[in-house]
Amino acid sequence: MHWENIFYVLSSVLFIFGIKRLSHPRTARSGNLIASMGMLIAIVTTLVVSDSLSYELIGIGIIIGTIIGAFFAVRVEMTQMPQMVAIFNGFGGIASALVAAAEFLNPSDSLSVFNLSTISLSVFVGTLTFTGSFIAFGKLQGFVSGKPIVFPGQQLINGLIASSIIGLAVYIVLFPNDLNYFYLLIAMSAVIGITLTIPIGGADMPVVISLLNSYSGIAAASTGFVLDNNALIISGALVGASGLILTNIMCKGMNRSLTNVIFGAVGLEQDTGPDGEAKEINIKSYSTEEAAMIFDTAEKIIVVPGYGLAVAQAQHAVREVADYLSGKGKKVLYAIHPVAGRMPGHMNVLLAEANVPYDQLKDLDEVNNEFEDCDVALVLGANDVVNPAARHDASSPIYGMPILDVDKSQTVIINKRTMNTGFAGVQNELFGYENSIMVFGDAKDMLQQLLKDLKEL
Amino acid sequence: MDINILTVFILAVFVGIEIITKVPPTLHTPLMSGSNAISGIAIVGAIISTKIGGHYGTWLGLASVIFATVNVVGGFMVTDRMLKMFRKK
Repeated sequence: MHWENIFYVLSSVLFIFGIKRLSHPRTARSGNLIASMGMLIAIVTTLVVSDSLSYELIGIGIIIGTIIGAFFAVRVEMTQMPQMVAIFNGFGGIASALVAAAEFLNPSDSLSVFNLSTISLSVFVGTLTFTGSFIAFGKLQGFVSGKPIVFPGQQLINGLIASSIIGLAVYIVLFPNDLNYFYLLIAMSAVIGITLTIPIGGADMPVVISLLNSYSGIAAASTGFVLDNNALIISGALVGASGLILTNIMCKGMNRSLTNVIFGAVGLEQDTGPDGEAKEINIKSYSTEEAAMIFDTAEKIIVVPGYGLAVAQAQHAVREVADYLSGKGKKVLYAIHPVAGRMPGHMNVLLAEANVPYDQLKDLDEVNNEFEDCDVALVLGANDVVNPAARHDASSPIYGMPILDVDKSQTVIINKRTMNTGFAGVQNELFGYENSIMVFGDAKDMLQQLLKDLKEL
Repeated sequence: MDINILTVFILAVFVGIEIITKVPPTLHTPLMSGSNAISGIAIVGAIISTKIGGHYGTWLGLASVIFATVNVVGGFMVTDRMLKMFRKK
């Protein structure tokens, strides 16, 4: 028995224990620390147990990697977190693929069929994760158009690439000495990572990032198979499972299947629908002063933030309004839809950054029965996630999507810049409801004005 | 083929599902960046691969050490930065 395995098991246990402590915000920070200890143990064990390592090379690599990693970790804006996670997924994927490739190219090894299969798998998943993550990063950062890029025969081409990858993998397992086929496998995996990601629209990026997260875990696990290393297998499995669960949650939040997200190209120009012109709705537009008077008489207020709030950088402004109202003895909650941000849980982080206490943040399941006795629901930069058509209008593209039932409140105050439609390209019937009031303007300006008006009452 | 490592993998997937479904939505972003850091465990493989030697082994090893380290260091640090912000009233 190799003694180092005891330490690898220990580090795996610390990873599991660390994630377990993420079940509550109070213990989460220590959980992250515990997991990082697990990583340290795994690294030190490897350095101690392996002989004839090139320590200079490892040292240089670790120093460069630490500088880059720390730089991004300190500098990244919370609104850019999805991009950062996307690109880090890619790094994890390519690291796994490179390790598998090094094992394959190592002249002294005799590789079994199992080794060759797992090497092919690791190289394929790792490379796909790398290029796919770059496209996702580019779309989120704006380097690549956020619109789905589609062309005729796309599915056919993807199918051809996928079958060529399977063919190449089989060939490599049978004839491992022909390096050209190995390089071709890498190239094809890189191409499919791109072609699978470009047709996916910007609004669907939460699903894509979660999926790529899962892939980076699968790549690590398959590299673990290659090296027969339990630490990699267990950690890879944990990450793979985590990514899949989050992918599933995001798909449910949009009422879409994973296949539909990957191949559906939602976000393209919508045709105006079978009705021809959109239904006319009559809206009531109020000033912030009038809105302030409604807030003044309210006792229970639920704030519904959407990504528009973050775009307007209004997280601090909304917290100030909420604090003022709480100070007047009113009950204030925040209702967070699963796809409110650009990645799972993104909105919660943005609000936490603005010092909103986490016990005021309620998710969809917790909050939906709170709207019944709510006096004012304040919708900020959210649209599709509060559209009641999702509940009853089978012809709506968002039909069946779980929504926040803001329309059940006494009054709904909706802040928008314009009457433009949301991501799904549908007009929101909520805006025309009896109990709905529109307050137009930039979210930050509107909230600051509202706060002023509240104080003057 | 070694059935033991497959057993380990499958059991770890079950453990993962069990603990990750208990993470509340409010912590899903830190979960993601944290698990991202954990997938940097490829660094163990990267370190081992530097000894494989040969022309390719060395450079592939160095590149994978760099990528995996970025993942590990950046991932844990940014997760800590986020979790620090979560406070109770």
